[in-house]
Amino acid sequence: MSWKFLRCLQNAKFLKKNLQTSLFVHRCASVQYVPDTISAAHGETTRMNLVQAVNNALDIALSTDPSAVLFGEDVAFGGVFRCSVELKDRYGRDRVFNTPLSEQGIVAFGIGVATMGSTAIAEIQFADYIFPAFDQITNEAAKFDIGQEIYLISPEAFFAHIPGIKVVIPRGPHQAKGLLLSCIRDQNPCIFFEPKILYRSAIEEVPSGDYTIPLGQAEVLLEGDDVTLIGYGTQVHVLREVANMAEEKFNVSCEVIDLRTILPWDEETVINSVKKTGRCIISHEAPITMGVAAEIAATIQDECFLNLEAPVMRICGYDTPFPHAFEAFYLPDKWRCLEAVKKIVNYG
Amino acid sequence: MLSTVGRALRNSSTPKTLFVGTRCASTEATFEVAQCKLHKLEQGPATTVTCTREDALKYYRQMQTIRRMETTAGNLYKSKQIRGFCHLYSGQEACCVGMENSITPEDSVITAYRAHGWAYIRGISVHGVLAELIGKKTGCAQGKGGSMHMYAKNFYGGNGIVGAQVPLGAGIAFTQKYLNNGNICITLYGDGAANQGQVYEAFNIAMLWKLPCIFVCENNGYGMGTSVERASYSTDYYTRGDYMPGLRVDGMDVLAVKEATRFAKDYVLKNGPLLIECATYRYSGHSMSDPGTSYRTREEIQEVRQTRDPITSFKQKLLETNLVTEDEMKKIDQDVRKEVTESEKLAIADTGPPLEDMYDHIYVQPEADFKVRTCDPVTMVASR
Ligand SMILES: Cc1ncc(C[n+]2csc(CCOP(=O)(O)OP(=O)(O)O)c2C)c(N)n1
Ligand SMILES: [Mg+2]
Repeated sequence: MSWKFLRCLQNAKFLKKNLQTSLFVHRCASVQYVPDTISAAHGETTRMNLVQAVNNALDIALSTDPSAVLFGEDVAFGGVFRCSVELKDRYGRDRVFNTPLSEQGIVAFGIGVATMGSTAIAEIQFADYIFPAFDQITNEAAKFDIGQEIYLISPEAFFAHIPGIKVVIPRGPHQAKGLLLSCIRDQNPCIFFEPKILYRSAIEEVPSGDYTIPLGQAEVLLEGDDVTLIGYGTQVHVLREVANMAEEKFNVSCEVIDLRTILPWDEETVINSVKKTGRCIISHEAPITMGVAAEIAATIQDECFLNLEAPVMRICGYDTPFPHAFEAFYLPDKWRCLEAVKKIVNYG
Repeated sequence: MLSTVGRALRNSSTPKTLFVGTRCASTEATFEVAQCKLHKLEQGPATTVTCTREDALKYYRQMQTIRRMETTAGNLYKSKQIRGFCHLYSGQEACCVGMENSITPEDSVITAYRAHGWAYIRGISVHGVLAELIGKKTGCAQGKGGSMHMYAKNFYGGNGIVGAQVPLGAGIAFTQKYLNNGNICITLYGDGAANQGQVYEAFNIAMLWKLPCIFVCENNGYGMGTSVERASYSTDYYTRGDYMPGLRVDGMDVLAVKEATRFAKDYVLKNGPLLIECATYRYSGHSMSDPGTSYRTREEIQEVRQTRDPITSFKQKLLETNLVTEDEMKKIDQDVRKEVTESEKLAIADTGPPLEDMYDHIYVQPEADFKVRTCDPVTMVASR
């Protein structure tokens, strides 16, 4: 999910030229986005990309909660990714404002605001820049019983290790709006990661009104009998494609689960699925060691040991620092995941 | 922004920067430079600077090379040969050239991500910089670092997190003091970075332990799209060390910067840290994705180019004093163009790092059998 991984998708062409490995260009072919189906109960819908959905959620949050304030670096001008465009004009500079370049200050200031009962929506430009504020999130936010919402653009495992925080990653515009509103209205500090690659590439109908999607609940996107595929954010789309390919090529039926909330995660949905299929592959872009997949795998072996037909597999990013020239090779792409499906059904 | 640099200069005595006298027209000349604004200092850098012909030619060449290299990098980015981040130094050349020429290769430098000019002046070739930007094995970080991660001997990069390099600089200076080797560390950060808390933690430590560190705030008027006035309660960055003495120098005048750095090096070795604010200007946008014109006017950029450009103004001074002839400078321009063009061609033709390199550089001197997991947990590969 880190922006670094995501950039590589945009760079597929460049790689073709420079590395002359058509295989990898193929591997990096961008995500096939499958739009959500919206229930008729939601009424009117609007076509939106993820940026617009986030903007819309922030708009609703500010209009329904007079105590809500939105701030961060360049937020009043619309933010570097344009998620907060026009909000300053609509709600005034007292509620939507720029901060100096000071991440620890931004988060800590937000905690102070939230402690007084207001809703603080703090934006951190890129996930990489959240770390100066790590201490405030771990030692202050997580230990206050407050609703604060930090929304930013990437890595999750670090934060999933902090009891008292909620960590959420949407797979598209419809989910983003509902989950972001849930985060803003939750009584606990939430970190909302936005998959940058989907900002403009994921477009779908989004309910125009005010709605929330519950936190801590995974969603079964595809039902299947042979293998459970678990992911979140952009990787969900990779897994969906893998499921289709597995069906076509190997006649294997995969169940695809979008975790949606990383902490606290929905053990029940996962366990029920694995009990049914007996096989499980977990996939994320972040490095494999000590990643979210490790935690899920441990729980599965604990709860589903006797149902398992094969060891749980993890298809994740490499355990290497991020190398400038090799962006593309980082990805646990559909080919790697498909290979894993083949292995897991032929285990033993 | 003009207001800042403009104000910075208005506050100083008028920069005459005029020919004062030449002892021998062909070997050296003395120049008057603007007086620095001082904070908690009784005496500041001299207002006259003597410069030899050779030095003048050298500074001119160094600034031109950086300018040309950055223009080339910008074009390579536009033609999609360079991807990812790319922050250009154009407009700020006098800062790194002036400073480097008052320190020795044994002194240290650490800066943020606007590092190409510094990498070059600290000893990386134009080819090493350009190849790194394009992601080639011959790049100064073997193509694995890119724009923000360039290093050389006694040059510690190249840091992407705004402000994070400042405490590191204090640590480097601590070692120099501990070794008592007479060297110093120049620790650079931007006007935007000046609002990060850790900068002030570093100031306190450096003052407490009297570290030989010159903290340099390269004030180019903007932190991304935010002008200094909108980001800082006090834009007098040279005073923001509070108890730390400071000075503001005209960062567009290579000789002024050189003299201020000479003064500062001498000062920090005797007394402990000093803060220099270098009043300069960034011509390009923040990075290549920023056209750099939505938060400032084109006229503003044009005016700096016309009235305060570090290269043009230096050239003028050299001509006025007859220290260097127009032809000599033209010759340098041609040489520089040739060098950069050749480096560019070479860099484009070079090959990228082999795939196995991806697994390397995780640990220094890993155990002989150290392997890393790949995406697929059962495949392990050797890491060097
Ligand atoms: C901790 C952190 N926050 C935000 C950023 C994004 N960012 C990169 S450069 C920059 C502006 C810095 O401005 P300044 O310190 O003035 O340096 P300049 O770019 O002008 O050289 C910002 C906000 C970052 N790299 N690191
Ligand atoms: Mg700046």
